Amino acid sequence: MKVVLEHLTKIFPSRNKKSNDEVIAVNDFNFEIPDGKLIGLLGPSGCGKSTALNLISGLLKPTSGKIYFGDDDVTGLPPENRGVGLVFQNYALYPHLTVKQNILFPLQNLKGAERPSKEEMERRALEAAKLVQIDGLMERKPGEMSGGQQQRVAIARAVVKMPRVLLLDEPLSNLDARLRLQTREEIRRIQRETGITTVFVTHDQEEAMSISDMIVVMKDGVVNQIGKPQEVYDEPVNLFVSKFLGTPPINVFEGRVRAGRLFIGDEAVLDVPGAPDGEVWAGIRPEGFIPDENGPFTCQLRGVEVMGRDVSVVCGHDKCAGEQIRAIISAENRPADGARAVRFALKPKKVFLFDRQSEERIPFEVK
Amino acid sequence: MGKDNNLKGWLYLLPAILFLGFFMVYPLIDVFVYSFEEGYNSASQTFFGVGLYNYSYVLHDTYFLQALKNTFILVIITVPLSTGIALLISVGLNSIKPLKNLFQTVYFLPYVTNTLAVGLVFMILFKKTAYTDGLINLMLAWFKRGPIDFIDGPYWAKMFVLCFYTIWVVMPFKILILTSALAGVNQDYYNAAKVDGTSAFRIFRRITLPMISPMIFYLVITGFIGAFKAYSDAVALFGTNLNAAGMNTIVGYVYDMLYGDSGGYPSYASAAAIILFAVVFTITLINLSISKKNVHY
Repeated sequence: MKVVLEHLTKIFPSRNKKSNDEVIAVNDFNFEIPDGKLIGLLGPSGCGKSTALNLISGLLKPTSGKIYFGDDDVTGLPPENRGVGLVFQNYALYPHLTVKQNILFPLQNLKGAERPSKEEMERRALEAAKLVQIDGLMERKPGEMSGGQQQRVAIARAVVKMPRVLLLDEPLSNLDARLRLQTREEIRRIQRETGITTVFVTHDQEEAMSISDMIVVMKDGVVNQIGKPQEVYDEPVNLFVSKFLGTPPINVFEGRVRAGRLFIGDEAVLDVPGAPDGEVWAGIRPEGFIPDENGPFTCQLRGVEVMGRDVSVVCGHDKCAGEQIRAIISAENRPADGARAVRFALKPKKVFLFDRQSEERIPFEVK
Repeated sequence: MGKDNNLKGWLYLLPAILFLGFFMVYPLIDVFVYSFEEGYNSASQTFFGVGLYNYSYVLHDTYFLQALKNTFILVIITVPLSTGIALLISVGLNSIKPLKNLFQTVYFLPYVTNTLAVGLVFMILFKKTAYTDGLINLMLAWFKRGPIDFIDGPYWAKMFVLCFYTIWVVMPFKILILTSALAGVNQDYYNAAKVDGTSAFRIFRRITLPMISPMIFYLVITGFIGAFKAYSDAVALFGTNLNAAGMNTIVGYVYDMLYGDSGGYPSYASAAAIILFAVVFTITLINLSISKKNVHY
């Protein structure tokens, strides 16, 4: 089931009439989620991604705009008639019910002809439990399970009634780092197996990039960029998107373009044909640095962190907008111990220019 | 943990143990002892023998049997009703937004009002005098009923007023506890239920009730114990001579045996108190065993 959002807007009114502090949590969303895909709503805390999810679920009513599931306009429908499954950040499993009773709960709500027989309910509950691999724990109470297991039960409860759309609100944020890795693969697998269109919300860019078919990067209620994870990473539309994606984060410098060449400080570090002259932000991905004794870009070496196959070279530079520069290079090329400065050449594809004021991307030709 | 630490622990507990022992445990044991001392005279502190005569006397005393019956009726009617109504009001309070604070205050007022003052108001509402039939009888007259003397009239009318009054007095505390318990239920459970299309009744029965069941249980237990120990409510309505009014309670009987007109019988009072204790203890045990199945922590 594809999901279409049309000019979707949600404004939370101000607390009292005197202060004018209304919040535009979701501002004019326009995009289509293709059928059977897994998409990640990504953005920093408070950017309105959970609000967007609750609009799709029906728990919140939009201020304006439309939501379609397939060709059905569901904007005015209450959540129970939309056919959505929702997994909460804290799972919201009913603590007094067993795993089985929790999974059965949505089925037991069905009425009339939709209501399956008792055996059918049991069969479907078991099927859902098998899908998330908790079929051995059916008689446990949520309090007797680990966070990861509870997460699985929550997913089983959400998928047992075969929702048209599955929504996950920060599904991994309550898990420890190892479980998070494992569970995100699990979510990917469950989504593939069921083929349910899935939207999940996260502030963790790595999580979103690793499992999503498509990511939607949001900031302050506005969609900044939509696309496949690799595309968004390789071609960010503005400074915010480039900074939000990637670990370690992109290195941002105050730069200047003169006659088709990018200057950082006094050094012309890269040819950028096609870019107009002016002040820019120059973003360089950590993997965009090539150690080169004759390279055009000189940085002060502060230290080298060994990561195994690669090393992370920590440098400083006057024009760097952040605290420090991080370059990821292959361990063979690590700079000599005791060196004060290190010189780099740059990979043009890993360098992005952004307008100093609008912070929008400035394209240039890559040879 | 060494022996030293153990000693230290007991030392910290000593003040509490001393006070509790002196003012709680010793009197309890003493009451127990009194209840078996036949013909005890508090002036000379002497008694004739040890046996079950005090119990036999109390259990054959018509006043005690009346008090026992009154207390049981009071408990059986007021505890479920007050808890149930309090639950309804709390759910209502929790689902309204405007004037919520006003209503919360209104419902809580009886709790901070003096029992005797409220009793006086109830008497004015219900009492029939030579000059007026009272407000309630005025209203009954609209429906061509009455007048009924609720304070000095038939037994059922007096029992009705007593139950009504008791429910009215104990309700605010229950409402307070239940509204905060309801407010403490995570909204996510309701959202999850809403997304799954759960009916309002099912949400209440399968989610709300189990979630606040520990609080309901707490209210039922303390409600039972409180109702068994009822006394001041009856006094507020019917005056101190409860035996004459036929509205005595067990605690009232105990008091009368100690200090009332028929007072000066600590042995009978002790026996009655021990019987009350046995009753409350049994009921609480039953409550606990029922709660094992139905209360979810």
